Parts: sequence; structure tokens; C-alpha cells
Amino acid sequence: MISKRIAAGLAGATALSLVLAACGDNGGGSSSSSGTTVSSLSVLDYYNNDPDKSLVQKGLDSCASQLGITIKRETVPGDTLIQKVLQQASSKTLPDVLMLDNPDVQQIAATGALAPLNDMGLNGDGVIKGMVDATSYDGKLYGLAPVTNTIALFYNKDMLAEAGVQPPKTWDELKAAAKKLTKPGRYGMAFNANATYEGSWQFLPAMWTNGGDETDLTSPQVAEALQLWVDLVKSGSASKSVINWTQGDVNDQFIAGKAAMMVNGPWQIPSLNKNPKVKWDVVQFPVNKVGQTPVAPLGGEAWTVPLNKDQAKQQKAADFVKCLNSDENELAWAKARFTLPTKTALLDQYVTEVPSMKAFGEQVVNARARTGKLGDKWPEAAKVIYQAIQLALTGKASAQDAFKQASGG
Amino acid sequence: MAHATLTPTSEVKAPGPARRSRRHRGESLTKVLFVLPAALAMLALFGYPVVKNLLMSLQDYGLRTFFTGQAPWVGLQNYTAVVKDKLFSDAMVNTALFTIGSIVFQFAIGLGLALFFHRRFPLSGVLRSLLLLPWLLPLIVSSATWRSILEQDSGILNRTLMGLHLVDDPVPWLNSPSVALIAVIGVNIWIGIPFNVTLLYSGLAEIPDELYEAGQLDGATGWRSFWYITWPNLRAVASVLLMLGVVYTIKVLDIILGLTGGGPANATQTLATQSYEKSFIDFKFGQGAALSNILIAISFLFAIFYLRSTRRAIDE
Repeated sequence: MISKRIAAGLAGATALSLVLAACGDNGGGSSSSSGTTVSSLSVLDYYNNDPDKSLVQKGLDSCASQLGITIKRETVPGDTLIQKVLQQASSKTLPDVLMLDNPDVQQIAATGALAPLNDMGLNGDGVIKGMVDATSYDGKLYGLAPVTNTIALFYNKDMLAEAGVQPPKTWDELKAAAKKLTKPGRYGMAFNANATYEGSWQFLPAMWTNGGDETDLTSPQVAEALQLWVDLVKSGSASKSVINWTQGDVNDQFIAGKAAMMVNGPWQIPSLNKNPKVKWDVVQFPVNKVGQTPVAPLGGEAWTVPLNKDQAKQQKAADFVKCLNSDENELAWAKARFTLPTKTALLDQYVTEVPSMKAFGEQVVNARARTGKLGDKWPEAAKVIYQAIQLALTGKASAQDAFKQASGG
Repeated sequence: MAHATLTPTSEVKAPGPARRSRRHRGESLTKVLFVLPAALAMLALFGYPVVKNLLMSLQDYGLRTFFTGQAPWVGLQNYTAVVKDKLFSDAMVNTALFTIGSIVFQFAIGLGLALFFHRRFPLSGVLRSLLLLPWLLPLIVSSATWRSILEQDSGILNRTLMGLHLVDDPVPWLNSPSVALIAVIGVNIWIGIPFNVTLLYSGLAEIPDELYEAGQLDGATGWRSFWYITWPNLRAVASVLLMLGVVYTIKVLDIILGLTGGGPANATQTLATQSYEKSFIDFKFGQGAALSNILIAISFLFAIFYLRSTRRAIDE
């Protein structure tokens, strides 16, 4: 074992010295290995539907023209991106610039496929800490996300006014409001508790706000959070179908007037705005006890640079990522796509310009990355979370035992 | 024999066998050439995946493998890991219930409908072709449709049942761990009926009418004619149908993924959905391959069972 490690270390050291030597050479004659100027970059992302597809294209085009290059862009559906990346990795045809959902960055970086961006003049200065955590691995930065999102509590203004209910600030208020807003054909509250990572993602505001932590899922704080979901469903304030709903289904229920409140993200705003009859607003996720701070998970995609033998191309790709994360582009994308800029300095300006994003702007400052603590081990915890939710909501386990059962205890 | 008559007797000494073998060789070469394309296709499309899957199940084949190309050998570790998994026994039971439940009802209902359509009546042709519809729909479409039909609060099935006062509370078709498997099996039965009707109907059409006429003279009508004439003549078709049914049903994935995704609370996990989950959600491709090999082995057992029973039938 030890000898193997030493061997690996030696191999690593040799590789490093070779790289250093190569770098030294480059300084002498820049025209030797990569003399040809980079004229085009290939890009892969999962914004395959309009309006996002063309809005992203605009940002990509403007950066391309700034760098004097052309881009060859490929888009794939979101759930097939990782499979596509794996295929490309095994056939050594990864793109020059690769978009990844932020919780996937560490997993892919762990395989050694990505180039560390620190070495190429990029850093995460001024970026929300949670996002830097998500896109770093082993102390190095592997990606930068221009915009981010999170989830909060949407509510139907007319329904709350009609029932004489204020937007809830605590869990008790949330339960009371949900109950009061429930009537035949309508539930007070809707959320997604399905058996996918999306179900875990929607549970995190409750879990994190209450001080629960993915490093110890059997803690009472986590159980209390689960109890909130159980109470909402058991009391009939939320549909039993939440265990099968996606976030899109939740949004459909809200638009159809079958739910008065919902947990969802700002990417639903364009479809909400298409239905002017639905008057809505957003508040931060309620807290369990007064004095707690709402903590929600960070969403959004990071742009990374896969390792490239062509050093000049790799550097150009890094420059391209840097341009995508310029203040100008962050604000442009955030405004056009109802997302939030990742630089904290831009948030205030943004929220005054886009008031409907106010609650999200407040919530995102304290938001955490899913992979912030567990890194590439996060998917295992996320799986335990959604399985525990399913056990508790179907009555197969109490909220106290669900996490122990789901983690195989 | 043909060679012997053509060969002059004077040349009997030695060249005879040589020439014979050369001709033989030519003949066998043609045979080989005829078999070759099919054999190559089998190797590429059937042999390679099976062998690759076997190898993968003995390797630590994960996300990293795609980037580094390294997949260390781990022997039978993947197999012990999946068998020890707390969901394995549940998945086995669910797979058995799903397969048996689907096939029994598909076959029974299919046979009933085939017999019904066998007595030709006006519009029977049209009705029979309409019956094929579930088979023609893409599985993702039918599972999405059924998901909305079975929805607890606003699904059309619960609305109808409550409107007819058959149930008081909406049935949690896909939301309760104790009902979801039944609902999923029900949808799979619906999808499998056309296949069963088609094959059994053609089997029925093969039975000569004279047999029934002769039987009638001997007093075999109604149930007796079914039991002594129809069933024995249908047995060959039925055994093919059941064998194919097992092999098709045991590996059903898209319907379950579309309806429940294996949930709620893992109540509809089968070996196939587990294998999918290990490979494409956990990225433990080695374990996914191990599970699918177990599935292949089970299907293989049924195939052997079928081959033996048909061979016995031929021998008889």
C-alpha cells in the first residue's frame, strides 16, 4: 500500500516537473508548441429550451466577440448531460468549455478531468461563499457560476388576503396558514418530496434553517424538519401526492389555483408571469424558532474548463469563463433569466432593479452549497434524505426513525 | 456415394481420400461463409455486450473510469455488495410479484379476448385492431398518461370511482406503498394484453374446424371442447408466449420509472430499476452490471426450462 502511494507520488512529481518544464519553454518561444492562435472554442451546456437557450447564447456570443473567437455550442437535455460528459470523457472528446450543475462540479473534478482555474488567472473573489465552496475541490477552484438561484416560499396574494392570513414567518405560522388556506379542491401548501435529488433539495431549507446538518442526519434538528413535512401532509394541508411531484408539478398546482403556497425557485417566474390572473409574491423560507436565519440551498450552473493538451486553447477557454463571470454578464443573465448574480457586491443593485427577486436576494446571501461540507460524498447523503422523507410521508417510519432506517441502520 | 460412382476404380490407391477431403473442405467453407455474417452480427451485438457486462461486474467501474480508463478488478465484491443491499430482497420479491402478477392476468385476459374474437361477429376486426393500441403507444407516453389517470386528487379514475360511489375516499394508487405495486402491475397488464391476444388469436386460427365438428359429434361442447380440443392444440403457442412474457416482463424498466420511479418508499423497486439506479444515479456501473447479470441469469433459467420442455414435446 505504502509503496504504491510513494510510486504514485513520484509519478505525480515527475508529471508536475514535466508540466513546469513545458511552462518554462513556453516563456522562451511562445510560437513553439501553441503558436497557432485559437480561433474557436467548443461549448457544452444543458440550456436546451428557449427562452434560456437563446438568452445564454447572447452572453456566449458577446464573450466570443470580445475574445475574437467563434464558438461551437452544443446543448443537451439536463438529465442527459452527465451521461454525455462520460461518453465524451471516454472518447477524449470533451468540449473546451463545459457547463456543469454546481453540485456535480466536485464529483467531476475528483476524476481529474478539469483544469484548476487558479493557475490561469481566475479566482472566486467577491463571489458568494457557498458557490465558491461548491465549485472548489481540494482547495482549488474548478468552475465559476455567473448566476445562481435558490428556493423560497411563493404565495398567492389573493388567497391569503381572502383568508386573512399573513405570509408565515415561522413553522407554526406556516402550518396554521396552510390549514386555514385548505378547502375542497385546494391545498394550503405544495412542495416536492419525490424520491430524487430534487426531493432532497426542497427539504434542505427546512433542515438547514433548523440547524440540521448533512454530516449528522440522525440529529433531532433534522427529525424536526422532517416532522414539518409530515405534519403538513398528515393534516391534509398538503397533498399526499407530494411524494411523486416534481418542482414543475408543484408549480402547475400553484398556477391552477390548487395550492395557495409553494416551495419553489425563481426559474418558475416566467411561467407564473404568463398567467396574470395568479397574483403572487415570495418570502424567505419560515424559521422553526424566532431568531433562526433561513438557510436555503444554492442552485445554478458553473462553467468549467476540461483539461486540454493544447495549453493555448485551455487558457483561451479560461478567459472565456472569466468573461462569462464579468459583472456585466452576471447582471445581464440575472435580469433576463430571473436568476441572481453570484457576486455579493452586485446583489443590492440587482434587487432594486428586479424587485420581484427581493426575497431570493435576501435568501441567497445565507444560502449554502449542497457539496460544501461533504464534497463528492454529497449524493450519498442526498439519497438518504429523500428515502427518509419517503418513509416518513408514507407512514412506514416516524420522523425520528426515518433517517436511521434510510441510512441502513 | 456420389463421389464413389464418379471416381474411376484405377485411381483408388491414394488420391481418393485427398480429393474427397478437398471437396469436403470446399463444401464446409461455403457452410462457414453462410454462417459467418450471422455469427459476426451475433458476436458484435450479443456477445460483446454480454462479455463486457460480465467483465464490468467484476470491476470497480465508476465515474472515474470514464476519465482515467482505470477499472480495478474487485472479484465478486460487486455481487456481494448488491446482494447484501437492504433493498435486494424487497426488489427480488417485487420482481417476482410483478412478473407473476402481470403474466397470469395478461395471459388469462388475453385468452379470454382471443376466444371472444375467434367467433367472428360484425366489427370484430375493427375492435381487434383497436385492441392493439396500448402496444403501439410509446411506453413513456402510456406511463405519463397513466400517471395522470391514477393521480390521487384529480385523476380521472378516482373521480369516476367516487362519482359512482364505489369508494368513499380517493384510492392512493401511486402514493401508498401498499397499493403502488398493484397499480404498476395493472398498467403493465394493460400494456401486455394486445401481445397475448394477437399470439393466442393466431394460435386459435390454426386449429382446424374439423376437430370441433368431430368433437361435437362425440358430445364435446362448451367447456369440454375448450378443455379437450382448444387447450391441447394451443399449448405450443401458450408456452412460447409465457416464456417470452417472463423474459420481457422481468426486465421492465420504463413503465415503473415513468409511473413511480421505484417509489413510494421503494415499494416498486425491482431488480431492473435497482440496476438502473446503481448505474445511472449512483454511477456504480460495476454493481449495476452485477444486478443485470443476475437478471440475465434468471431469464436464462426460464429459457432453458422452455427449451427442455419443447424438446420433450418434439421427442414425444
